Amino acid sequence: MGLLNYLFPPHRHSAAIAKERLKIVLAHERAGRRAPDFLPKLQKELIEVVARYVEIREDMIRVNLGNSGETSLLEINIEIDGAKPRPIPPRGALAGAAPAAPPAKSG
Amino acid sequence: MITSGKGGVGKTTTAAAFAAGLALRGHRTVVIDFDVGLRNLDLIMGCERRVVFDFINVINGDANLNQALIKDKRNDNLYIFPTSQTRDKDALKREGVDRVLEELKQQFDYIVCDSPAGIEHGAITALYFADSAIIVTNPEVSSVRDSDRIIGILASRSRRAERNEPPVELNLLLTRYDPVRVNKGEMLTVDDVKEILSIPLLGVIPESESVLRASNTGTPVAFDPESLAGRAYLDAVARFLGEQREMRFVKPERRNFFRVLFGRA
Repeated sequence: MGLLNYLFPPHRHSAAIAKERLKIVLAHERAGRRAPDFLPKLQKELIEVVARYVEIREDMIRVNLGNSGETSLLEINIEIDGAKPRPIPPRGALAGAAPAAPPAKSG
Repeated sequence: MITSGKGGVGKTTTAAAFAAGLALRGHRTVVIDFDVGLRNLDLIMGCERRVVFDFINVINGDANLNQALIKDKRNDNLYIFPTSQTRDKDALKREGVDRVLEELKQQFDYIVCDSPAGIEHGAITALYFADSAIIVTNPEVSSVRDSDRIIGILASRSRRAERNEPPVELNLLLTRYDPVRVNKGEMLTVDDVKEILSIPLLGVIPESESVLRASNTGTPVAFDPESLAGRAYLDAVARFLGEQREMRFVKPERRNFFRVLFGRA
């Protein structure tokens, strides 16, 4: 069967493809429209905090508001795979240095 | 308000046909061009040589309303309010538009606003004042997506939304529909678009040669009783006025020998 499908791919009408693509892209865009205004700021501040400990780029963090059943979920994904840990400053310096820590600039 | 987001889907054709249809039903109707800088409604309505004053002149107080309104020569209930060809896109000031619309409400039963494409100043100004919107959509991915975007903007940025009033009434008008291609699976169906946008369907306008013929001659297509598109627009107007009418022209037409012979679409 696999070979047959490979040689003669099942015919799909282009209108069906259009409908499926539209449904996916609009679901995504509508979710973005409903997102509260604070999300971009939250994302920026999260990056700042995480960047004090590991070197991350902006695209390594994703903040989403979703639904799971009846509960709203604030979903935060931070990818640190491959990110270099920053040297932890001595305890005394942390309190003073932390607020001024530069945000990650790479990428 | 006639809108779509995307350009070229048939907003001006629809505004002209819809206004003509309302006038034919005996309602005093004015159709306004909101597309500042790209005036075209006058051509579609066939009154391009009668434009003296325009929307911006009236907003700025350089002319009064009755000097700018053009009376249609085919129907006494129908008036055209042309826009300006100025390149200053921000000339449509919200307070001025509000004042002119209020003045028009005293004289007319229906004010049909032809929105520009896009989501810039002119389009936002047109949708801001809307009580009811007709979303003109082609059965094609980019048009459906832009319609969805405009529906979202209507829900959040209209005056009704701002004042927490009942939302702008939304109606879907599917234009350039080709039942033959739909049957072959080459075009989204009416039900597909309805399901994706989930707003009430006001009408389906079939792809028709008569639309180009109408624009060539400056006649709103609803004034052409022979044309399928014209009849579909009159149906949509009737539904808008609360009548129940069966959807026509959504299935491929059997070719009528005499029609083929005499070449009227």
